[in-house]
Amino acid sequence: MATRLPQPRSAAALTFLASWALPLGLLVIWEIASRSGLLSMRLLPAPSAVAAAFLESVRNGTLLTNAAISTERALKGLIIGGGIGFALGILAGISRLVEVVFDTSMQMLRNVPHLAIIPLVILWFGIGEEAKIFLVAIGTAFPLYLNTFHGIRTIDVRLIEMARVYGLGRLALFWRVILPGALPSILVGLRFSLGIMWLTLIVAETISSTSGIGYMTMNAREFLQTDVVVLGVIVYALLGKAADTITRLIEARALAWHPAYRMNPTGEAIS
Amino acid sequence: MSEPASHLRVRGRPLLREVPGPTERTVVSELIPRKQEERPVNGKTVLLDGLSKSFASRRVLSRLNLEIPAGQLLAIVGRSGCGKSTLLRLIAGLDRPSSGVISVGGAEVKSLQSNVRLLFQDARLLPWHRVISNVGIARTKNWRDSAAAALADVGLADRANDWPAVLSGGQAQRVALARALVSRPGVLLLDEPFGALDALTRMEMHRLLERIWYEHGFTTVLITHDVAEAVALADRVIVLRDGGIALDMPIDLPRPRRGAADTAAVSLQARILDEV
Repeated sequence: MATRLPQPRSAAALTFLASWALPLGLLVIWEIASRSGLLSMRLLPAPSAVAAAFLESVRNGTLLTNAAISTERALKGLIIGGGIGFALGILAGISRLVEVVFDTSMQMLRNVPHLAIIPLVILWFGIGEEAKIFLVAIGTAFPLYLNTFHGIRTIDVRLIEMARVYGLGRLALFWRVILPGALPSILVGLRFSLGIMWLTLIVAETISSTSGIGYMTMNAREFLQTDVVVLGVIVYALLGKAADTITRLIEARALAWHPAYRMNPTGEAIS
Repeated sequence: MSEPASHLRVRGRPLLREVPGPTERTVVSELIPRKQEERPVNGKTVLLDGLSKSFASRRVLSRLNLEIPAGQLLAIVGRSGCGKSTLLRLIAGLDRPSSGVISVGGAEVKSLQSNVRLLFQDARLLPWHRVISNVGIARTKNWRDSAAAALADVGLADRANDWPAVLSGGQAQRVALARALVSRPGVLLLDEPFGALDALTRMEMHRLLERIWYEHGFTTVLITHDVAEAVALADRVIVLRDGGIALDMPIDLPRPRRGAADTAAVSLQARILDEV
């Protein structure tokens, strides 16, 4: 194995260019439309204006502070909610009792849009940190629960039988067969959770907050600073992309055995 | 390949031989015939006493009595659904009999046995472990060394750090064989392990299994629907039909076996086929 095909550099560069051609082209058209007056600066600022807003907010520190606060909230919510979802998924996957007790409720609750309980959450927690973290936790728990549970349930029973014949105990069975077998599905769950994590946080921060990217954009709207609003949207996109890239790297490492996740010669995960 | 037999083993353990040439066409040489008393006896005697197994109302095995002497290579032949896989699962301790007793090496089989290993029809390697970690799956003391030795025994020493996904069907089955051998079992059970392989690979696997069995001396029960395979490998062939033994025949041919080239084997095959 591992015979690395000598992929021509020019081909790799071409692929890279092709994947960025569309967004860059749109950016150019957008700038031209703004400068020629086709697009009102009030409604949609030119990319150059957004870039200027970016430089300004970096210089006075508001961007980094707000981005850091948002990231912290997002991660706290993910760790609490995702952790609970993951643990429940594992328990329900390996224990019939836990499945019977929890699964029906989880399947019922997961269909409730968690943003619908925002009024309740504000009543319970006010508009403090807890409210936002609670919402993110609720949102991220379900994808991880469902995919962990599903991952464990779809493990090849023949492998489990083999492990029993070869004398693996309960713990060894879990660490060497069940968890690695469920991992591809768990990571899919993590990806879903990360998406929901940012979505929830944007909404929560827009509704009630005094800091964070969501607050930054809402505040800018009050002063008709559309460039800052667009900047906020872009920052959310970048944070989302960063989260996705991190999961891909985790996948490429943890699922190196899986033919579909093999690393390609440039070192970036395929798929 | 005609080294003196004394070079082959050090204190009863088979000496590992170097693998010649590229791995794709490796069968680690043929067995070298020895006198009966020079062969090791590491196998355990398997006894079935009045063994019956029913699923719901369907009786699969009925009052089976069978003694498999230590070190024997027994092939069990039968049509699909005749209960041969069930019998193997009972000996392995994966299922419990409806009535009757199984004993391995004098001890009754009540649960999974550590000295009985089962080779499945599919290799069942853990895809997330490298080859060597699959062989040393039980993680006993110094598992890496014993796993490497077992891999060398099946001619796959150089694939130790590969993922199972890149192995061919025959290689995967050889890794599974190494995994079964690593704990030096007293009984090796094979559930049609070569059924999914192509004809050439299957013949290679036959020679490999024959040599390893010959050198290790474990008791072997091979389930197959291929009469030629049974005659090519076994000391004794049993035909299972309607839950009972329809034929019990010794195969007294010299080893190494010559496969299809042997006319005596062909006439034995014909006799077995009459009973299947």
